[in-house]
Amino acid sequence: MSARLFDKVWDRHLVASPEGEPPLLYIDLHLVHEVTSPQAFEGLELAGRTVRRPDLTVATMDHDVPTKDPLGPISDPLAAEQMARLRKNCEAHGVTLYPLGSAEQGVVHVIGPQLGLTQPGMTVVCGDSHTSTHGAFGALAFGIGTTEVEHVLATQTLRQVKPQAMAVTVDGELPAGVTAKDLVLGIIAELGTGGGTGTVIEYRGQAIRDLDMAGRMTVCNMSIEAGARAGMIAPDDTTFAFLEGRAHAPRGAAWERALDDWRSLPTEDGAAFDREVRIDAAGLRPVVTWGTTPAQSVSIDGVVPDPASFGGQAQQQAAQRALEYMGLTPGTAMRDIGVDTVFIGSCTNGRLADLRAAATVLRGRTVSPGVRAIVVPGSARVKAEAEAEGLDAVFTAAGFEWRSAGCSMCLGMNGDILSPRERSASTSNRNFEGRQGPGGRTHLVSPAMAAATAVAGHFAVPADLEGAR
Amino acid sequence: MRAVQQVRGSAVVLDRRDVDTDQIIPAAWLKRVERTGFGAGLFEAWRKDPAFALNQPGAAGAKILVAGANFGCGSSREHAVWALQDFGFEAVVAPSFADIFRGNSIGAGLVTAQVAEDDIAKLIAALEAGRAATADVTVDVAAREVRVPDAGVTVPFAMPDYARWRLLEGLDDIGVTLRHADAITQFERNRPGWLPVSGPLAPATA
Ligand code: SF4
Repeated sequence: MSARLFDKVWDRHLVASPEGEPPLLYIDLHLVHEVTSPQAFEGLELAGRTVRRPDLTVATMDHDVPTKDPLGPISDPLAAEQMARLRKNCEAHGVTLYPLGSAEQGVVHVIGPQLGLTQPGMTVVCGDSHTSTHGAFGALAFGIGTTEVEHVLATQTLRQVKPQAMAVTVDGELPAGVTAKDLVLGIIAELGTGGGTGTVIEYRGQAIRDLDMAGRMTVCNMSIEAGARAGMIAPDDTTFAFLEGRAHAPRGAAWERALDDWRSLPTEDGAAFDREVRIDAAGLRPVVTWGTTPAQSVSIDGVVPDPASFGGQAQQQAAQRALEYMGLTPGTAMRDIGVDTVFIGSCTNGRLADLRAAATVLRGRTVSPGVRAIVVPGSARVKAEAEAEGLDAVFTAAGFEWRSAGCSMCLGMNGDILSPRERSASTSNRNFEGRQGPGGRTHLVSPAMAAATAVAGHFAVPADLEGAR
Repeated sequence: MRAVQQVRGSAVVLDRRDVDTDQIIPAAWLKRVERTGFGAGLFEAWRKDPAFALNQPGAAGAKILVAGANFGCGSSREHAVWALQDFGFEAVVAPSFADIFRGNSIGAGLVTAQVAEDDIAKLIAALEAGRAATADVTVDVAAREVRVPDAGVTVPFAMPDYARWRLLEGLDDIGVTLRHADAITQFERNRPGWLPVSGPLAPATA
């Protein structure tokens, strides 16, 4: 059988394959944040163990950092305690930390690639399910729980049963106005929330090749929303161009050697996958979610579906419950649904390219009266780069709040939340019940649609605003 | 980790699919730096509904949760496992589990018993009509089966051999791995020199 990208990365990280135990996989990069690490460090210390490879471990603060006044006093004592713990743990164990206020602080999945720490062929883990983001570089990257975080801290390895390999091939070119976010929401709708369970997805095909690194990260980021362990995209010249010159990318002769190695990674022709799914890019549209899982989405031109239209009782019940929670009536046109809040940010869509896409729509326009609009850059560096281009001025002139880096309203740990029944258009990745605040109603969209929706006051695509500048 | 041979007690039926970890333990609870004290936050939003399964008489003492497919999807937060355990659950029975949740459960000693959809329907029928709280249910890790003797129901469940072994033995996973410390050291010697290390300076040579 011809080798696949996934097998090549897997095989080169096998430390041991003991009889009767899952194989032991070496971990090249362990990313750490304040929320899923304190119990792991505590467990480590209670057992009298140390961090095996602090030099392969990098920490930042993102999940509960304030984004309004990040350098001011932290009003939430529990959040402050978590950040203090992380600082103390990193100091005690010699782990590099990019704390609040540092120029490299930011959402963990934004800073890894930005620093050039995420490279093709690596294994990357983090106590966070969206670690799948890093697969955009042809790395094998997946989320782990706190007990596994402790295991990686202590041993720099992880026990993993080898997942199956699935190919999702997107043929052809994306139609105008269809973004990477629409593409991945379309893939998730096709696979279902649990459709990728037990698998690593390799995204292939022209529409994937055509994406820039930001778009590829958006796609891999949401692999977990189809239940997949990880998502991967073969490295190519787009990948190498992104990496060259970054702080932790190899240089000189090392760069050449790395390139030779990375070029050997892509799946060979004729390789078979455990499951193959083909999607025609021409059939994709800008989409918006209507329900409480990322698989429940519909074209912007569509209507809120009738639960009876779904096959199977469990799906019908789930749709019915989702519509009740979301306060929606079947048959309502998506464009007729008004929003209260627009959130642009997160590890899915908080990169410079995402902010540019939104700013392009907002230039010379203003946010609809009564809509609260917030933009939270994915990292301090994204923020600085956006400001250097004048994007902050575009956002604030349009009526957006321009914040500092963090997860913010993606999960609402830092006090940036929706009120009960408040409706949001959000560029994040989860529309679960209460994800952005108890009782809040989240609709997932792309940055371009988020910006157009903020201007229109109801779900809209940029083309709807033509002439209304 | 404590060894688990079997879990025996009453059950709660949560007949929903795609129960995500944000529902199991909402984000506001993740600021705790301990592994304990999460029980009060378990299904916090859903528990505001008096009709919710966990609000029914007897649910407070239940050890087994029976739920729909894709249980534990979404966020990797192990706090979801700790919340279930803190409330008193020692086993979850469902047609399928999200990968990360299942891994976390094994690590923390929570039994995840994967039962076929048809068999879940049998179990739910056996536990319905208010009988769940008083039923005598056994999730037998050694035999890989769920039994409700009063209803005459016995169904098999799937669990990987290694997970079962770890539960039965109550093994410290790090301890098991450190038996391979030499192999890890050997592996590290052969890693390519261009691979990145953290810290302020980039590696300059191959
Ligand atoms: S931005 Fe959202 S999804 Fe991404 S790491 Fe932060 S909380 Fe998780």
